[in-house]
Amino acid sequence: MRRNDRLTAFLMLLPSIVLLAIFVYGFIGRTAWVSLSNWGSDPGQALALNPEIAFVGFENYRKLFTGVIDVRFRQDLVNTFFFTLFFLAGCLGLGLGLAILLDQKVRFEGLFRTIFLFPFALAFIVTGTVWRWMFQPQGGVNVLPELIGLPRLQLPWLTTRRQIWQFDWNQVPAFLVGAAGVVLIWLAVQAWRSHRRARSGVQGALGLAALGWALLGTPGVTLLPYPETHGFNVAFIGIVIAAAWQMSGYTMALYLAGLRGVPEELREAARVDGASEVQVYRHVVLPLLGPITLSAMIILGHISLKIFDLIWAMAGADNATTDVPALLMYLRSFRANRFADGAAIAMVLLILVATVIVPYLRSALKGEVRR
Amino acid sequence: MVRRWLLVLAALLFGAASAQGELEIFSWWAGDEGPALEALIELYEGMHPDVEVINATVTGGSGVNARAVLKTRMLGGDPPDSFQVHAGQELIGTWVAADRMEDLTELFEEEGFLDVFPPGLIDQISTDDGIWSVPVNIHRSNVLWFVQDNLDTWDVSVPDDWNDFLVNVCPALEAQGVTPLVLGENWTHNHLWESVALADLGPDAYQQLWSGDLAFNSAAATEVWDTFGRILDCANDDAAGLSWQQATDRVVAGEAAFNVMGDWAAGYMVTTLGLEPGSGFNWSASPGTDGVFMWLSDSFGLPVGAPNRDNALDWLRLVGSREGQDAFNTLKGSISPRLDSDLSLYNAYLRSAAEDWSNDVVVGSLAHGAVAKEAFMSEFATVMEIFLSTRSPEAAANAAQAIANQVGLAD
Repeated sequence: MRRNDRLTAFLMLLPSIVLLAIFVYGFIGRTAWVSLSNWGSDPGQALALNPEIAFVGFENYRKLFTGVIDVRFRQDLVNTFFFTLFFLAGCLGLGLGLAILLDQKVRFEGLFRTIFLFPFALAFIVTGTVWRWMFQPQGGVNVLPELIGLPRLQLPWLTTRRQIWQFDWNQVPAFLVGAAGVVLIWLAVQAWRSHRRARSGVQGALGLAALGWALLGTPGVTLLPYPETHGFNVAFIGIVIAAAWQMSGYTMALYLAGLRGVPEELREAARVDGASEVQVYRHVVLPLLGPITLSAMIILGHISLKIFDLIWAMAGADNATTDVPALLMYLRSFRANRFADGAAIAMVLLILVATVIVPYLRSALKGEVRR
Repeated sequence: MVRRWLLVLAALLFGAASAQGELEIFSWWAGDEGPALEALIELYEGMHPDVEVINATVTGGSGVNARAVLKTRMLGGDPPDSFQVHAGQELIGTWVAADRMEDLTELFEEEGFLDVFPPGLIDQISTDDGIWSVPVNIHRSNVLWFVQDNLDTWDVSVPDDWNDFLVNVCPALEAQGVTPLVLGENWTHNHLWESVALADLGPDAYQQLWSGDLAFNSAAATEVWDTFGRILDCANDDAAGLSWQQATDRVVAGEAAFNVMGDWAAGYMVTTLGLEPGSGFNWSASPGTDGVFMWLSDSFGLPVGAPNRDNALDWLRLVGSREGQDAFNTLKGSISPRLDSDLSLYNAYLRSAAEDWSNDVVVGSLAHGAVAKEAFMSEFATVMEIFLSTRSPEAAANAAQAIANQVGLAD
């Protein structure tokens, strides 16, 4: 009987296993192979019936990070970094703020909750189209002050080419190594506090070494023989606003569920101990929302890494100041016919998303098993 | 029950029979340009009433989306019977090089196309191995648009060359708060660049860029970027938010003085805005390119493995015919590449363009697929981006040459 059950279960799962194996993992594997080939570097072979494709190893990746003309990809990575940073900050801040407000037992809570959640029901392409109109320099948001008799705004929004917080691409290894060093030192301090002296020593030494190497400018690693400036493109502010508008309602819903999960007795106990409302939130409620924040960061983080349609609708695929790797991947593959380059960009994105998702999945799965 | 099965069988047989009489035309002509294609299809249906024409259109100016869809279809082994493609390198560098097109030399000989299309154009759609597509229209890229009445009000004249524009016209207009030159979204920068390059280099050196005889980082070609940068200083700073139509609107509305755009702008102003060529708007060759006609052309080819090859050949015969071209181009706002088209059917702008087409020196457009492979054309946007963010002519020139080397531009 039991064996029979297992067989049935296996047979029921088989179709989706086969489909997943082909259409997800098969294609990921195929993309990985293409990214290591030269498909498309000879335009005549790109779309041939039986293209001659050769294995070139990590050449495409090398070009992406250190090639002369792939400066656009590098700026796209920087764009993604800043976009993710501000998008997360915006969604978490707004979402938490709205959730706390709604948690004050306001009247019509259900109505407000629905209103705040509504943008999440829209497709990014719709949000993008609407906000594209809102951010036209000649109209939309800029003319709003006229409604109350003020002069209209002159903000260029998506059309600006301004770039701030500029840095040299050659400094990136130093930033990364430095950040790793700081994390290691922090871990060492934690280990010291929990009396694991040996581990603390190793981590501390590694961290100091990394930090020292970074402060010297990572001698021995040269990405480019010349300085190449990148920075935060101000045009992204509009995109961050639109994206945060869409996703902060969803974040609010997550936090609201978390807030409702905080036992009333805990708050009461804190109040009895003389805590003010602010202190109740600061010391009791917020620490309990930690896991929610982590989930929200991971969901929002992977959305921001693969964002494509919102920017396509708001600024177009060709507007390089608001470009992200996913758009460049499309342009490289289907406009320039450089399929191997496009596949390499896709793999970089996959790796970035995996670094966000995999640790989360691991901890989530562990938790499930324990339960 | 039996009756139902018979019905299904009959439907299957009937379906199969009508499937033999199909023709699928793939293009990016929708919206304003749709009626011109419809006119051609109507003519075809009149001649071949038993053939069902499938009009497969993917919207997006200049075929930006259609080309991507076409590639996935071709790679998937599902070619349409005939597809629209910019004549020149966009066809040859991508599809002929991939060995996916049929040679049309026989058709050209049969239909006498060799005698009615200008030899310069035939060269651009041919390789040593054959002729690859039938051009249906000619657009001009290097046109300067303005409204003469407005120029009179501002007391400026049409610049003879870019130097005249930069030294005299631009400061005079800026002093009066008028945008001297209005630009639109990203690709219109590339469009302006080719006109500036043609003016700075002259037609011979311009063509040497594409044959590999003149390097992009040579002194002369680097100089183009310098001029281009100074011209941009005279342009609007919200360009990225404007479509080319909105840029044209600003000239018509008197907010800006000049705009460099292909002559589909004339079609837009005549058909959509209802203006009269010569009074509602005026034109000249873009500064410094008098006597040179920078062309681009839409054409139709025959992919290998087209499911209805004979119908597709009939379609190409119609597309190349005088009747077909005059029906199409008068609606599209372009001229016929045929030297024997009936000019009385065309408006004032198109008649002047047709005259220039037969008299001027003819060079191909970069931004619209005539002279460079898609790989270069697409990456040229990166070069433009490098220039816009660094404003360094040397950096842009070196990047352009690096891409030319990488894609084997002159091969």
